[in-house]
Amino acid sequence: MGILEVKGVNKRFGGLQALGDVNLSVQENTVHAIIGPNGAGKSTLLNVLVGKLIPDSGSVMFDGQSVLGRKPHEINQIGISRVFQTPEIFADLTVFENVLIPCFAKRDGSFKMQAIGAVTGHSDIHTTAEAILDDVNMLDKRHMTAASLSRGDKRRLEMAMCLVQEPKLLLLDEPTAGMARADTNNTIDLLKEIKEKRDITMCIIEHDMHVVFSLSERITVLAQGMPLVEDTPENIKGHPKVREAYLGEAQV
Amino acid sequence: MLGLNSRDFKLFIVVCIMALAAPILLNPFPTASALGESFNAGYPALMQRFVIFGILVIGFNILFGLTGYLSFGHAAFLGVGSYAAVWMFKLLSYNVVPAIILSVIVAGLFAVVIGYVSLRRSGIYFSILTLAFAQMSYQLAYSVFTPLTNGETGLQVYNDDPQILMGANSPASPHLFGLEMNSQYTLDISGWSFVFQNGYYLSAIFLILGFYLSIRIFRSPTGLMLRAIKSNQTRMSYTGINTKPYMLAAFVISGMYAGLAGGLLAAMDPLTGAERMFWTASGEIVVMAILGGVGTLVGPVLGAGIIKYLENIVSKINDGILHQWFAFMPDFLDNALVSIIHPFIGKGWHLTLGLLFMAVVIFLPGGLVQGGQKIGGFFRRKKTDDAADGAKTPAE
Ligand SMILES: Nc1ncnc2c1ncn2[C@@H]1O[C@H](COP(=O)(O)OP(=O)(O)OP(=O)(O)O)[C@@H](O)[C@H]1O
Ligand SMILES: [Mg+2]
Repeated sequence: MGILEVKGVNKRFGGLQALGDVNLSVQENTVHAIIGPNGAGKSTLLNVLVGKLIPDSGSVMFDGQSVLGRKPHEINQIGISRVFQTPEIFADLTVFENVLIPCFAKRDGSFKMQAIGAVTGHSDIHTTAEAILDDVNMLDKRHMTAASLSRGDKRRLEMAMCLVQEPKLLLLDEPTAGMARADTNNTIDLLKEIKEKRDITMCIIEHDMHVVFSLSERITVLAQGMPLVEDTPENIKGHPKVREAYLGEAQV
Repeated sequence: MLGLNSRDFKLFIVVCIMALAAPILLNPFPTASALGESFNAGYPALMQRFVIFGILVIGFNILFGLTGYLSFGHAAFLGVGSYAAVWMFKLLSYNVVPAIILSVIVAGLFAVVIGYVSLRRSGIYFSILTLAFAQMSYQLAYSVFTPLTNGETGLQVYNDDPQILMGANSPASPHLFGLEMNSQYTLDISGWSFVFQNGYYLSAIFLILGFYLSIRIFRSPTGLMLRAIKSNQTRMSYTGINTKPYMLAAFVISGMYAGLAGGLLAAMDPLTGAERMFWTASGEIVVMAILGGVGTLVGPVLGAGIIKYLENIVSKINDGILHQWFAFMPDFLDNALVSIIHPFIGKGWHLTLGLLFMAVVIFLPGGLVQGGQKIGGFFRRKKTDDAADGAKTPAE
């Protein structure tokens, strides 16, 4: 049994079968990549996992509990965090405030009325927030408004916000899209480091094959909403069906 | 100090001084002078409005300023608070304590219901829902609820009301354990007369408390959550936070401030009518907040003060007064000036307000507080790291 078990998930948008009978099993403490051409249904699958979309049929089990029917904040609280394809951060708040919020969410749960004491009084939260910003090398930018960050920094900030919650499963939707080569390599290093430091399972969607092959232990190939194959990176590289459906167009 | 950081504490002290010294500060001109008669605002009836509407807009700002949810029906809570207070006067006695407590509680409960329903939607739909509720309350006050509101006559205290706690020699007007709201002390100093009224000071103390509480809320974890909701609701839910109860809490707190303001209005003058809930009253609250500076701490108080000042001072100026001022000029100049200014004064004060409002929205989207900060920044060139610190916390 994997930590995440997706069985027979279907999702239609009108006439379009975005997900067709998807099965996926992600083992604990591994990095599992999901690849596939544009429109293959990768983001749709993540949307199902985080409770943004309800599938037409199928089941999703995480850590022994069913995910379906739960609200996004409940799914996050049981240990799934997500980095979005376009970063979802608190653009009007400072970098530091951005990481404070997941710290509070982790410590206090989905709602706790604390309207009188100052934020600055929660020194444990401040320590955690500073530590994570240090981990992603953004401590010097803590006072900056998140909106003013570069694209790469926005992604790193979003990653820090997810990591500070110490999720059991981290979902990453194209974490290096729009990044310069150097930033991409930094992200690979960062993710490798995270994997070594903590017990974390990652599910990563990525078009950049360099990233996929540097990080993942298993790869699932999705095409037109169907899982084509699931195998180790070595086997995927040489797989004829994969080459035909996907890698043929990309440089490996 | 008092659990505030030093910047907030200074701001708080400034507001305390302004509120407590208002009877002096707002009377800059000798009482009998032409300027004094036109521009002095330090008389109790007007000062009460400054602080009571200040309280109302501080509360409104906790909702609109922090979360970005624009309630267009906030006057409903003000109206409900006033009704609750007058009922306490009718049933118990003229003591303002039960009246004010009940006005806050009733407005809070009312806000739970309206908030619960309205917060199912966001953006313009939320605003429309709150507006609909407020207009519904206004209309019902004239029809179904006339036994509670006394319809068009308005709710007031009659001689045959129970007033069960009324002692033989209790005052026959609102009082705080015998301290009558409308009793005042006048201090005459060489041409100036300063009026210190109990009612004003009771309201001012509530303003100070309300302002203090709002600073605490702004700087609290809940305040941070509310600002984050304004910034990105999607990220909030994927960060494991249930935004609904936070929103409802902000809505109810904000409604309770409005209820307090309503209770105080009734404590100053123990009668009320449904017009307090009319949509123009709700609109005025929005204008006050935007004029002063949405999401800033003092902006709401400033906005409320300026609008009440224009409404009461500019609207009283007439052509006769203008001719008096310009009497030293040649007649043709005097007449020309008066005819230019004429549309902006008296009943035309709304035109002045409209122009001011447009100017602020276009040139100072952060409200007059932003204007003040720009001027302040111009005069004292602050160190850059200071400025970076300033960006971190919402402006005062
Ligand atoms: N909410 C929606 N409503 C209608 N159609 C949708 C919706 N979300 C996705 N789709 C469609 O479903 C298909 C799969 O989309 P999805 O975003 O999952 O692809 P993807 O694999 O993430 O592609 P990309 O690599 O471009 O991000 C696409 O054809 C898309 O247009
Ligand atoms: Mg996608």
